Amino acid sequence: MILASLKKIDIRATLIYWMFAVIFLLFALLLHNDGFLQSNNLLNIFRQTATITVMAIAMTFVISAAEIDLSIGGVAGLASVVGAIMLRDHGLILGILGGLAIGFVVGSLNGLLVAHVGIPSFLVTLGMQGVAIGFAALVTNYYPIPILNDTFNAIFGSGTIGWFPGLLLWSFTAVLVGWVMLTKTTFGRRVLATGGNRDAAEFNGINTKNVKFKVMLISSVVASIAGLLYAGRLQTGRYEWGAGDELSAIASVILGGTSLFGGSGKIIGTFFGALLVGLINNGLILAGLPVSQQQIVRGLIIILAVALAKKK
Amino acid sequence: MSSNFNVVEMNDISKSFFGVKVLDNVSFAVTSGEIHALAGENGAGKSTLMKILQGVYTMDSGEIKIAGEAASINSFQDARKYGIGMVFQEFSLVPELSVAQNIFLDREHKNKLGFFDEKETIRQSKLVMEELGLNIDVTAKVSTLGRAFQQLTEIAKAIAGDAKILILDEPTASLAKEEVDALFKVLKQLTARGVSIVYISHRMDEIYRICDRITILRDGKKIIVSLLSEISPQEIIAHITGRKDVEMLSHEGKSIERSTTPIFEAIGIQVGNRVNNVSFKLYPGEIVGLAGLMGSGRTELVRAIFGLDKKDDGSIKIDGKDVAIKNPRDAIGHGFAFIPEDRRRQGLVMEHSVKQNILAANLSSLSHLNFLNSSKINSLVQDSIINFEVRPPEANREVRLLSGGNQQKVVIAKWMATNPKIVLMDEPTVGVDIGTKVEIMKLVRAIAAEGKSVILISSELPELLGVCDRILVIRKGEISEELDRKEVRDEDHLQMIVQGIKV
Repeated sequence: MILASLKKIDIRATLIYWMFAVIFLLFALLLHNDGFLQSNNLLNIFRQTATITVMAIAMTFVISAAEIDLSIGGVAGLASVVGAIMLRDHGLILGILGGLAIGFVVGSLNGLLVAHVGIPSFLVTLGMQGVAIGFAALVTNYYPIPILNDTFNAIFGSGTIGWFPGLLLWSFTAVLVGWVMLTKTTFGRRVLATGGNRDAAEFNGINTKNVKFKVMLISSVVASIAGLLYAGRLQTGRYEWGAGDELSAIASVILGGTSLFGGSGKIIGTFFGALLVGLINNGLILAGLPVSQQQIVRGLIIILAVALAKKK
Repeated sequence: MSSNFNVVEMNDISKSFFGVKVLDNVSFAVTSGEIHALAGENGAGKSTLMKILQGVYTMDSGEIKIAGEAASINSFQDARKYGIGMVFQEFSLVPELSVAQNIFLDREHKNKLGFFDEKETIRQSKLVMEELGLNIDVTAKVSTLGRAFQQLTEIAKAIAGDAKILILDEPTASLAKEEVDALFKVLKQLTARGVSIVYISHRMDEIYRICDRITILRDGKKIIVSLLSEISPQEIIAHITGRKDVEMLSHEGKSIERSTTPIFEAIGIQVGNRVNNVSFKLYPGEIVGLAGLMGSGRTELVRAIFGLDKKDDGSIKIDGKDVAIKNPRDAIGHGFAFIPEDRRRQGLVMEHSVKQNILAANLSSLSHLNFLNSSKINSLVQDSIINFEVRPPEANREVRLLSGGNQQKVVIAKWMATNPKIVLMDEPTVGVDIGTKVEIMKLVRAIAAEGKSVILISSELPELLGVCDRILVIRKGEISEELDRKEVRDEDHLQMIVQGIKV
């Protein structure tokens, strides 16, 4: 019985890499005439998944602490809009700060309500999602705000360092920082202990309210960075950016082997989870499926993959 | 009691997991109407043997006979068919359903249309309860019942399923004294009807009180079967531990220098109406025991001291100076450590490794600028595992895979690594096998010998008598007696005082 449970843990820990490899090979075989393996296309996958990757890394902390954040898509949209307006009216620095401020404000509110008032994060962030999207639509009257600042667009979008795409750098930085924080710092341990057994963590002297506040704050701030990445890549701020990203981010985290019930977190797994989600999106587009069918197939693949990764 | 025919006969049972022999030619038999104690340290093979009887595990070799006939039991359903019922340690009841609905869960009475027949279910449940002589409202939701009634409902459920053989695993672990009495009454009634009971327990007094015979396992082997009337507790402990030198924890109590400043002083602690104006002092190196019945307010008192619950009044002095303790972080900052009663829920993250659990209370001392120092961590964890004899000695093993005693050692190791001045312990040996219990008691003495002070709550009086220098008896939230260890003659004497009987 012990061996059986070890086996299961083992499979779960490496499952994402197997799935990634299998789907990659599958697409390579089926779609090589459609240019799947071209380096440009592969780089594209990385570029397009940068926003999801960044948010999913932060989401790994949220889920490890046994919470959830459904507001990240909305926060990204609102941050892109506020960033774009501030940029237009007050210049680069205030544009960036304005976008980030959205993350701080929403994150503090989420954290306050979840950690200190004690409302389930599921409800708080579901409500906050609507508030954020609503605000973004309200201040722009549903219009996109174009961004003409080349520096901004280079930093957050199309810029490269040599041949190396800037968006890729954002992804790698998020993964590296997330990995160090989760595995090498006291904060990471406190997150895992809080998510694993809140009572025991509290007995250990861990301030679990503070931990929960911080993960909610980090998630929103990172989502606002993702909003700026959308704005930079697409050279506009728009209330719709990021819509539905919370589900892709959560799927990435769970695919990566993090337990939905808290107490375990896998940063590298999350990274591959996000890449897998991006890979699937890309493959389905190359295969020429209409959007409706893409959605169906993507949904089914994600359910299947998460079912396989499920902790049993 | 019994005619001599064997209801259950397990002959020469062997079972290995991955090459490790967990059961080695074990034979075990229960006669009709008998209560048979099954004893042994955790890991001795008791639960494996019982799981084979319930069809959870398959034996490698050996045979099982039920009522003299060879039986093949490969699943819970098979076991049920042979009349084997298990009363789970962690209850299998659905809290939101009524007692009656739980008793007939999965065997619901249905009417002609195929709908649940609630009336019949209730009627049948009442019959079962009457038969057991229990006065439980069968329409009450299980979640509204106390632990003891939940347990009795479990038994009723097994009986309603026509169990002829009941297995009870540590059934009294969370019951108060009167509840234990009620449980035992029911068990006696069952045996009178010819039901046989396998009683797994670490509590010697209960075994003597209710069991007819005892089988002792050690390291997967059967050591002895005996009538309880023919074996002494000392012999039982010697068989269980296999150590010849087990002195029953005899202890005199140290002389404590009480003219100095106390390391800790509680003044007029008040918590609602559960703790009433409690004041006491604690000196360096002293072990003070809190004795009292369940619900007397002992746990509430230490929780308030540790800052887990709010004090309504009163103050705390450390080394003679007033300190404010509003939460566990303050308490830890002032040198407290708390080993809680429910280690699974409050002490450990069960899915995390031994290493991660030990880390959890020591994050600041093992890090620099919030970055963890992995060489410090590894040496601390290795030292802890060796010093506290955690078995198996593997830092990366998930604690849920350890025995209860070893889990408790991890909790203690974790706290000792914080180098506390005052250690609070709430029932540190609950559900721990006797061998480990002795080890833990030795650890407590060793902790005090280092000059640390200990406040120990225990419902097991021999344990208090075995380590304490002073015993405070708590009754209805107040300190009713303060006794030097030397003033207490023996367990019976202390029992009388705790029960409030004047001697």
